[in-house]
Amino acid sequence: MKHTISVQLRNNPGVLSRVTGLFSGRGFNIESLCVAETMDCEISVLTIVSRGDAAVIEQITKQLHKLIDVIKVTDMAEFPYVEREMVLLRMKAMENTRAEVLRIADIFRAKVIDVSAKTFTIEVTGSSSKVNACIELLRPLGIKEIVRTGTVAMARAPKNK
Amino acid sequence: MKKVTGAEAIIKLLKEEGVSTIFGYPGGAITDLYDALMDADLKNIIARHEQGAVHAADGYARVTGDVGVALLTSGPGATNGVTGIATAYCDSIPIVVLTGQVPRALIGNDAFQEVDIVGITRPCTKHNYLVSSIEELVPTLREAFHIARSGRPGPVLVDLPKDIITAKFDYPAKKAMVMPSYQPNIEPHPRQVEKACKAIIKAKCPVLYVGGGVILANAQDDLIELTRKLNIPVTMTLMGLGAFPGTDPLSMGMLGMHGSFCANMAVAECDLLIAVGARFDDRVTGKLSDFATRAKVIHIDIDPTSISKNVRVDIPIVADCRNALKAINQWFNTQSGINLEEERACHQPWFEMIQKWTEQHPMTWHDDESGIIKPQYVVEKLNELTGGDAIITTEVGQNQMWAAQFFKFNKARHFVTSGGLGTMGFGLPAAIGAQCAFPEKTVIDIAGDGSIQMNIQELATARQYHLPIKIAILNNNYLGMVRQWQELFYNRRYFATPMEVLPDFVDLAKAYGAVGLRATKKSEVESVIKEALSTDNVVLMDFRIAREENVYPMVPAGKATTEMLLV
Repeated sequence: MKHTISVQLRNNPGVLSRVTGLFSGRGFNIESLCVAETMDCEISVLTIVSRGDAAVIEQITKQLHKLIDVIKVTDMAEFPYVEREMVLLRMKAMENTRAEVLRIADIFRAKVIDVSAKTFTIEVTGSSSKVNACIELLRPLGIKEIVRTGTVAMARAPKNK
Repeated sequence: MKKVTGAEAIIKLLKEEGVSTIFGYPGGAITDLYDALMDADLKNIIARHEQGAVHAADGYARVTGDVGVALLTSGPGATNGVTGIATAYCDSIPIVVLTGQVPRALIGNDAFQEVDIVGITRPCTKHNYLVSSIEELVPTLREAFHIARSGRPGPVLVDLPKDIITAKFDYPAKKAMVMPSYQPNIEPHPRQVEKACKAIIKAKCPVLYVGGGVILANAQDDLIELTRKLNIPVTMTLMGLGAFPGTDPLSMGMLGMHGSFCANMAVAECDLLIAVGARFDDRVTGKLSDFATRAKVIHIDIDPTSISKNVRVDIPIVADCRNALKAINQWFNTQSGINLEEERACHQPWFEMIQKWTEQHPMTWHDDESGIIKPQYVVEKLNELTGGDAIITTEVGQNQMWAAQFFKFNKARHFVTSGGLGTMGFGLPAAIGAQCAFPEKTVIDIAGDGSIQMNIQELATARQYHLPIKIAILNNNYLGMVRQWQELFYNRRYFATPMEVLPDFVDLAKAYGAVGLRATKKSEVESVIKEALSTDNVVLMDFRIAREENVYPMVPAGKATTEMLLV
């Protein structure tokens, strides 16, 4: 099963290598990985999407927590959460497909962020499934290049009554 | 305030941390620190190879429980230490390894003797550091010692650029250590303790399965209290030997691949397995799906990752083993309505069953009339002639297993062996570390003719510092354990395992200024050991043993632990 794991860590040199080394050394899988500083420049949050049965995910979270630089590990499956990823797509903009590309982009609330005589560059943001759906619809119209960020996730704020 | 150099600060800090002995090897990048050490009130043991220095620090840590310290230079000095670091990591031994590094301005430039040792050792240290500013030097070293000795102990490496060692600064005052990301859980959860105690009361056939964690936590007295209180039989892993007296009737000896028949049968048949400071290693469990299938499992361990890693645990207790065992003992002491006498009596039929297994297949070996030396005989004689009161280190292979099977360890921290990594060449330098810690004790390295050659150069270290360690080579002219596998599983194709050229170990000992003794017949064994034990020098004993003697019992790799090949 797919799990999104959020890891809060001390922003020390080599810390990313500790995390990726742990995954490769123990044969855990990484589908995507995103990392950047938080409001506190000494702390980063890293979001990993991984796959595995319950025992594997349990080991992943425990092993991550065992790293000295890791402050907190959250398996997002335990809470309601929101997740987003972004993709940049360079589309062929042919005479006969231009309108269709823009229409699909519009349906997915994607933005055209760069235009040339023969291409559109489109930014799509959403959950992985939405991004995937958009890519699948655009694929027949001629994708020249794709760059994806990987998922970032955040637990939903508690709803006050 | 007078400014200090980085080197002076390191020495001051080592003293603050209680360090008295440093095992090391000099070299370009670390010369400034050795220069300062010349005037310092610290004992320096200079090995003959950096691997030896790290193993010696490791051996020192295992027998004392203190943090061992190794000091190496940059580049090849540091990489030579890696096997030592990985050995300590696998067995959770607290050591701090200080390595020299090229000056900061040269890092990343492929400078002479530069290597990214922090990158190389990331997967085999508990944590490691490159000191990148002089302000960080002292706090980093304090953290290093704290991390090495607390929680599940382990090696910590601190890489020290040359210009940090020579920099001048004000030595910072000691501050409370704040490490929000590192808070090992040492106190057991009372509800888990209660659950465990209730499961113990319910059990008719309980087994205590005890590992190195009990020794690391100095919990042997609490373990003995629990076993006596409830009459629970104990089996130990290789790393756990000595945690419970080997001569006690409740001791079933070691379990697993070369464990006793009764220990493996007891684990297979028990209804409650109480694992304390052990990690369900594959050499212990054999085929996982057949391991302790009838048992409820209690697992006490300080490291949450060890719990439910290989075997599903019913009642986990994440805590320091000593605190957890104390809490369990306390529960039984204070709980009203529990008749301990009845509890003990309730386990008596189970104990009798175990005794029956022991009688059926005791831990034994076959002697014959030929007069050829059996290795088990040598180990039994060592046990007898030292009265069991010796620190035994081992190399890895058959020598290690025979030592584990036939020496009766009655005290913790008297058996020093590379369990997890299985490092040949460990025993001799580890013996050096142990003898440094306890100059008055008898320290014996039980070795094979293959593994002793892996760090034989450390004979010079032992001689230089007047460390009268004894080495018993069980010499079968083979890499015996691999040969045994070839005999049993590879159609007796003895390839790569015969030691076709061996040095004359007696002459070799003499060349180092040590004493060399040889026994080729069983009748000579006792006199050789006696002579060695009464010699105040390094002694190398060359026992020419039966060449194709095997270690039994044996559970073939991947088989259930009840499928033992017996003597």
